[in-house]
Amino acid sequence: MYTFSNRLKIASFILMAVGAIGIAIGFMSAPSNVAEAKAIVAAQTDGHGDAHATEDHAISNEAAEIHDEDHASMTDHAVSSDSHASEAHSEDHSAAHDEHVLHQLQNKPWAALYVAAFFFFMIALGVLAFYAIQRAAQAGWSPLLFRVMEGITAYLVPGGIIVFLILVASVAHMNHLFVWMDPEVVAHDKLIQGKIGYLNGPFFLARAAFFLSGWIAYRWYSRKLSLAQDAAEDNTNFVKNFRLSAAFLVFYLVTESMMSWDWIMSIDPHWFSTLFGWYIFASMFVSGITVIALVTIYLKSKGLLEQVNDSHIHDLAKFMFGISVFWTYLWFSQFMLIWYSNIPEEVTYYVTRIQDYNLPFFGMLALNFIFPLLLLMNSDFKRVNWFVVMTGIVILAGHYLDIFNAIMPSAVGDQWFIGIPEIGAVLFFAGLFIYTVFNALTKAPITPKRNPFIEESKHFHY
Amino acid sequence: MASHYEAPIRKPLVVGDKGYHDVTLDIVAPVEGTANKQWWIAFSIALVAFSWGLGCIIYTVSTGIGTWGLNKTVGWAWDITNFVWWVGIGHAGTLISAVLLLFRQKWRMAINRSAEAMTIFSVIQAGLFPIIHMGRPWLAYWVLPIPNQFGSLWVNFNSPLLWDVFAISTYLSVSLVFWWTGLLPDFAMIRDRAVKPFQKKIYSLLSFGWSGRAKDWQRFEEVSLVLAGLATPLVLSVHTIVSFDFATSVIPGWHTTIFPPYFVAGAIFSGFAMVNTLLIIMRKVSNLEAYITVQHIELMNIVIMITGSIVGCAYITELFMAWYSGVEYEQYAFLNRATGPYAWAYWAMMTCNVFSPQFMWSKRLRTSIMFSFGISIVVNIGMWFERFVIIVTSLHRDYLPSSWTMFSPTFVDIGIFIGTIGFFFVLFLLYARTFPVIAQAEVKTILKSSGEKYKKLRDAGKPLYEVTPLVSKTKKDQ
Repeated sequence: MYTFSNRLKIASFILMAVGAIGIAIGFMSAPSNVAEAKAIVAAQTDGHGDAHATEDHAISNEAAEIHDEDHASMTDHAVSSDSHASEAHSEDHSAAHDEHVLHQLQNKPWAALYVAAFFFFMIALGVLAFYAIQRAAQAGWSPLLFRVMEGITAYLVPGGIIVFLILVASVAHMNHLFVWMDPEVVAHDKLIQGKIGYLNGPFFLARAAFFLSGWIAYRWYSRKLSLAQDAAEDNTNFVKNFRLSAAFLVFYLVTESMMSWDWIMSIDPHWFSTLFGWYIFASMFVSGITVIALVTIYLKSKGLLEQVNDSHIHDLAKFMFGISVFWTYLWFSQFMLIWYSNIPEEVTYYVTRIQDYNLPFFGMLALNFIFPLLLLMNSDFKRVNWFVVMTGIVILAGHYLDIFNAIMPSAVGDQWFIGIPEIGAVLFFAGLFIYTVFNALTKAPITPKRNPFIEESKHFHY
Repeated sequence: MASHYEAPIRKPLVVGDKGYHDVTLDIVAPVEGTANKQWWIAFSIALVAFSWGLGCIIYTVSTGIGTWGLNKTVGWAWDITNFVWWVGIGHAGTLISAVLLLFRQKWRMAINRSAEAMTIFSVIQAGLFPIIHMGRPWLAYWVLPIPNQFGSLWVNFNSPLLWDVFAISTYLSVSLVFWWTGLLPDFAMIRDRAVKPFQKKIYSLLSFGWSGRAKDWQRFEEVSLVLAGLATPLVLSVHTIVSFDFATSVIPGWHTTIFPPYFVAGAIFSGFAMVNTLLIIMRKVSNLEAYITVQHIELMNIVIMITGSIVGCAYITELFMAWYSGVEYEQYAFLNRATGPYAWAYWAMMTCNVFSPQFMWSKRLRTSIMFSFGISIVVNIGMWFERFVIIVTSLHRDYLPSSWTMFSPTFVDIGIFIGTIGFFFVLFLLYARTFPVIAQAEVKTILKSSGEKYKKLRDAGKPLYEVTPLVSKTKKDQ
């Protein structure tokens, strides 16, 4: 049995407390009116003049798109103008632009919160998918790690509830994360009007509730069967879990894609990409596997999981390597096809990111592809714990940035910054994650007992 | 490599009372024996089809591409459909040999040899189509970026068609090397058994002087892993680049970002169906039921079910996004697919690719050999229609309604396609008579852990070794 050490528990509380303070600072420093917003932008411009030289070019956001006809200088940005209301007049523009910047700045603390909340939630969801695949595939090497995975997926409940509450807050107009929820915007936007059948508050929340309850229900039932198998006389629980996991994977295949369209892609309601769901899947999958490796190595360092040998770590690291490459493959496929075809309504997505998010955009590519590729290429390095941990931290940072890049440009435009609210939110959710996961790990023996493949897993030797 | 311990609930991969020598005898039998009547009948049919196709190719090249059913609006139809179909079929071979090797799936050992042979033979068929479509196949080398004396003649590196040339030729080379590496110990086995000097000579050439020393085996395992590592990204890249041929365009129905992974999933789907088609017959004809067991067929059916579901998910994603995008052209392209004049092809594709694999959820159906064979044929047909639907329905009603038209194949289109099927079977039937169709050296490595005979001995608490001169071989197993 694992006991949650006081040191780790206190550390998780400190993380949560510090993070909460950071989040609060973010909300308190958000402007409440246009004048304050202007003052913030002016202060930033004074501080680092070049950062906002392109301010007028920020186009990936709602108001700018509605008024894009007035941006005479924006023709190079390839925004499809036919899709936007053309009644905007120059005199409205300046006021509308200010209003828009205000919304962006007001979105900042919310977006910071949302990115971190989603990131940690997606780790748990990625682990859930990995766990279901191990069960459905009847893998022989991994059963020793089942309790670790079940511990991590315990975070689905608090993480999912928090993400859901943020979505409820958006539907309740407490923020402007999802522009399509704003009736004002929709009234002027023919494209969004066409999507109202899918993009509307009640249906959006109903879908979110459906996805979350499905994932959580599988996790709960599979965990129950897994624990029951420990004390069982036969393999009925195991067989049930196998069938359940196969069925869950079908559910997951569909709901994961829809979730990514709803929760991330619709933040930029004009943009669409059929690959998006699988791209987000790759991100959550590799982050999840990385966290399995990190938690396993931590538990081993505490003298637990003594039957987990370096072959298991090697396999996890192989997955970290392989799925990093797979993620890059999907990233490249999506990017290359949109870049190559250069169709205005699609390519704006990357134009904005390359212009306003240059460093995080290309930086995450280095973190998510080049680092894992070079660090984990060598077979011996995949068996060295500290090496796997270092690479794991790089991968997690990279995939946080990936989600950051997916959400921020549409939510806050070029007003992004990784400062107190963003770091605070990450710390808060990291604390909550550690507390939930390690608390869940204390609830059951760390090694499953009567899984029919457990002996294979114990003898696993590559 | 992998652990020798196996959980008792795992079913044996080699059934029956098979020892090491039995494996040798069973696998060498078709090579050492003579062909039976059925083989000759099958071979003759394949040869006739091949000759017919060859005639159609000669007619096309000597008369011109006008002999095909193409027109001004539909400039790509059967040729490229067949090309993508054949390339797709090839994918299962590499997936089985490379990806399943990396995932340590022991069941791959009974099927990898034939699957890889299928890969190579089908990539050859695929390669024919672009070359014939050039009209002047003797100038095919112009697609290669080689120094030349023709002034400004140089390849267009911006074109996905050129990337295809690189991807497919690399894929063919690596697959061939991978296949041959695996064949070395098995060719050597036939060589060592050969009685007639001519056969001994041929098989010793083919086996590259394999000696069976420990060093040979060590290198063999290392090179297999390296090739598997190389071949895995290659499997993905080949069909990805094939999908780029369409997705880099701005044609509604072609330009969609999900194409790369979805084409790869579809390729694996159709490839496994073809492996099932071939092996269900081969296990019977060549008496290999002990090695290619019902469990193998079941596992392939599960792969078909998974990849079929992924493909189905991609179809639905495309449909949804066409609506969600708000792009009129995109919306019409999909409406036209489902309800236009080619709706029958669309629904044939949906039925064959999305609905039919769902039967495999039933254990009874996926372990039924006849049913599996039927589904494998259905999937092969469905995947041909998928490519036809994507290619022709997106083209035949373009941006200008005045140029809307239909495509109908001529006898030449059909003849060349049938010819490639004939050519494929000619190669495969020759292979089945001259090559060791199961990687017997690899099967022997799992015999102790996964053979029924040894499982029974172990359960009975008896020693696994036999009282024969083979004792030395079993030591490493402990």
